Amino acid sequence: MSVVTSYARALAVREGRAQPVATVRHLHLAADPLVFIPLRLAGEAAAPLGAMVGSHPARPHLLVVPQPRNRDLRFAFMAELARIMLPYIEGRAAATETVPGKNERERYLDAPQVIVPGRGAVEFVRLLGRSTRFRSADGPYPVDPAVPVLGQWLTFLYERTEFAGSSALVPMTEALSLHWATGQSPMEDANLATLLAWICPPPGHTGQEAAAAAEDPVRWPPAGPDTDPGFDARVLRPAIDAYDASGSPEPVREALRGQLEPTWRLMWQAVELLRGRPEAASVGDRWAADRDRYTREVARVAEGGPPRGRRDQAGSAAARLWDMESARQSYDAQRAYDDPLVMAEHRATGKAFAGEVVHVDRERTILLPGGKKPVSRPLVTVRTADPVRLAPGKKVFSAHRRRQSGEVIELDGDLVVVQLNDQLAKGAGVPGVGDAVCFTELDLGGRIRPGFPAAEETPWTHGGPPAAYVPTDEDAKEDWS
Amino acid sequence: MTVAPFPDPLGPAPAGPWPEDGPAEAAARATAAILADFTGGAHRGVIVDSPPGAGKSTLVVATTLELAGAGERLMIVAQTNEQVDDLADKIATRDPSLTIGRLHKDGFQVPERVIRHPGVRASKKIDDVASCSVVLATADKWAYVSGHTWQWAIIDEAYQMRSDKLLAIAALFERALFVGDPGQLDPFSVVDTERWAGLAWDPLQSAVAVTARLNDLPVHRLPVSWRLPASAAPLVSEAFYPFTPFRSGTGPGERVLELAGPGSPVTGTPAAWDRALEEAAATGWALHELPSRHTIRTDADAVRACAGLATRLVERGAVAHDEHGSHRVNAARIAIGAAHNDQVAAIRAAGVPDGVTVDTANRLQGREYDVTIVLHPLSGRRDATAFHLESGRLCVLTSRHRHACVVVARAGIPELLDAHPSTGRVRLNEPVKFPDGWEANQAVLAHLAAHRVPG
Repeated sequence: MSVVTSYARALAVREGRAQPVATVRHLHLAADPLVFIPLRLAGEAAAPLGAMVGSHPARPHLLVVPQPRNRDLRFAFMAELARIMLPYIEGRAAATETVPGKNERERYLDAPQVIVPGRGAVEFVRLLGRSTRFRSADGPYPVDPAVPVLGQWLTFLYERTEFAGSSALVPMTEALSLHWATGQSPMEDANLATLLAWICPPPGHTGQEAAAAAEDPVRWPPAGPDTDPGFDARVLRPAIDAYDASGSPEPVREALRGQLEPTWRLMWQAVELLRGRPEAASVGDRWAADRDRYTREVARVAEGGPPRGRRDQAGSAAARLWDMESARQSYDAQRAYDDPLVMAEHRATGKAFAGEVVHVDRERTILLPGGKKPVSRPLVTVRTADPVRLAPGKKVFSAHRRRQSGEVIELDGDLVVVQLNDQLAKGAGVPGVGDAVCFTELDLGGRIRPGFPAAEETPWTHGGPPAAYVPTDEDAKEDWS
Repeated sequence: MTVAPFPDPLGPAPAGPWPEDGPAEAAARATAAILADFTGGAHRGVIVDSPPGAGKSTLVVATTLELAGAGERLMIVAQTNEQVDDLADKIATRDPSLTIGRLHKDGFQVPERVIRHPGVRASKKIDDVASCSVVLATADKWAYVSGHTWQWAIIDEAYQMRSDKLLAIAALFERALFVGDPGQLDPFSVVDTERWAGLAWDPLQSAVAVTARLNDLPVHRLPVSWRLPASAAPLVSEAFYPFTPFRSGTGPGERVLELAGPGSPVTGTPAAWDRALEEAAATGWALHELPSRHTIRTDADAVRACAGLATRLVERGAVAHDEHGSHRVNAARIAIGAAHNDQVAAIRAAGVPDGVTVDTANRLQGREYDVTIVLHPLSGRRDATAFHLESGRLCVLTSRHRHACVVVARAGIPELLDAHPSTGRVRLNEPVKFPDGWEANQAVLAHLAAHRVPG
């Protein structure tokens, strides 16, 4: 936990309510996000029990599996879920824009955004995708043709969460924790009800009191995917027994409605809370990356592309890791550049410093090694009160002029001398005496990915080319699906 | 507590190679066997495990000269620019007639010690240097090279190279010699994912781990550490290389650290600092033990002790006697190592003599000093996380010295370890890693207990 977050947590305890740790919203929020609250049967890896889903707070769809041990009913549930989710997801593919540049392409102006309560639900989305994308509409154990398509999209949504800064599938508790620090532990922050109790306690109550009240699973049932054991034993089991005896799903339906509705209200309350914050400057760029991937996936699914493999080949794993690291690096840097409160964390640890320009040597030129003509390399002296831990020679970037890089030349007490290396055309990029500036080692990245071999060109070091995947009927017979 | 050695999962360990030999003969024999195996052509790859200071660079240089002498072209891959420059300098010094290409990224300034050699050609473009007998670059730079191939490649520090980096360059060569130290820190990533856990080609694993698992490659081992003194090699070997023992190149008494007079201690310097230095000079090890307490990471007392020990060592004007003669242990021959960047910054801020290296374990990898002062990664902690238990971290910190190592720690680490037995997640189809960090930590502490100086 960083210094600023630790301080904000201590402050939250003293003030009795959560404290902001961001001044802007660091994720995209669609006008009509799809809220999805899945529940599963206790003790099963991927047996759906029910879900509440919809993109309008007043119109939730309630789906249940009255006997979750019955696989036919599970896949009937998935088919029903597909009829709600697929129109939402595929419906984003409407108007496009042309992205200019070397790799000119079309891109949809919109993309799906699904919001789930927390990390547990994200993992459940992965499992639902895994258990449905290899199914088939014919052959043994056929399923509704929409089920494998939904499986492909759930897999797509889950895989986007592996890239930092994606807003395609958002776990709400983590989105809130990105913007507020509470007086409870990070583990307790995974409980949507207590987290929201800290952020907006009812009038006359402190965050502590509100969170303690929100821990009651009867008033605020768990946000899933796991249900409360007391509910399982006292309510759910008799309701499932009643279904087995009578064939009527109503008791299970009513039981799950009671479990899901409180979370449904909390989810939309949280959406409105986030909507109240201004969007950070880089969110648009990151959402564009989500839209890019969505555009490609729409084309892939439309062409009848095979479901994503169970495991990555050597080349695709390496390329994916490169992209994940690159996304993480630019996400961390962008958040700091967009938000002074996030930058404060880096200033406290010495990875950035802010201050006032006290001297500028605008005319300085140096001869680069091997160069013939002197080039302009202005020096800027900054007075800062921050604990600077950037050694001379360290490459730094200006937080105010993005992508302008420089180099720390000298540190002397509270003075730091920085040499500016680029964006100097006609002296435009040089700050004046008295300007507030901020320099940091955080790099926005954006380097070109090196080439990794395609599967059929896998070199001997990595085991040579693997056998190609051929779908078989065995895919439908996995023990656990 | 004492720790019983864990049974070898691979069966009984082979005895040390040719124990009747002297260290020089054993090392020469190992090098000859490696060269024969690599150039013999029976395998596409050969792996060489090298304990700390066992002559890894010497092997790389010898192999390079042998291949280049036979008229072969080869490429050399290292992990950092500093490593590449060191190798280029050494090769050019040994054979000034070789043409050596130093490939580097745009904007990189190749240091004087490399470009002073007339045979070295430095460039950011592969086409400028591809015709050289030997081309050296970092793995990151090689990843962007295409259109050229080599029959031979030497991959240095291959245990610190991630397998995805190897994948990006594997099309460039036919055969490869993988050289590295398996006991040092594993490569890491800023992303935390289990997506590839258990896959043979997991990109987060080291290049050697992946290639060795997918190919049946011969594994050689350099048997003698020329860096570590006789007081350190047995402990480091037992704690961090339990199934591949090695020995020191020098015997007991061949390395002597002599502390000249008491110097002029600044008033208020704790006598314990001098006692710790004297214990280290006499035995090769000292544990400067501060009273047990839970502290923040930048524990003010421990930080002050690290900086103070280095200052006193310089003040007392130590002299080191070894197989090459005698020399003064000046500030450049002393290093202070810690686990975290903020600890390094705090120690630097506490005031260390000019020229003393202060750095994290990651940055100290591959470097060598006469005396090292180590802030124990678990000192003052309430918990023992996987990061702090990683055996490679402690191995790097306790194997950088030629003469003596002083460990600074809060009392109570054995109890902390007992309270936090290793609970790393077991994943299907993932080879078990040895040594276990928890066990290695216990072994080092058990040894240090005999060199305790309360502070």
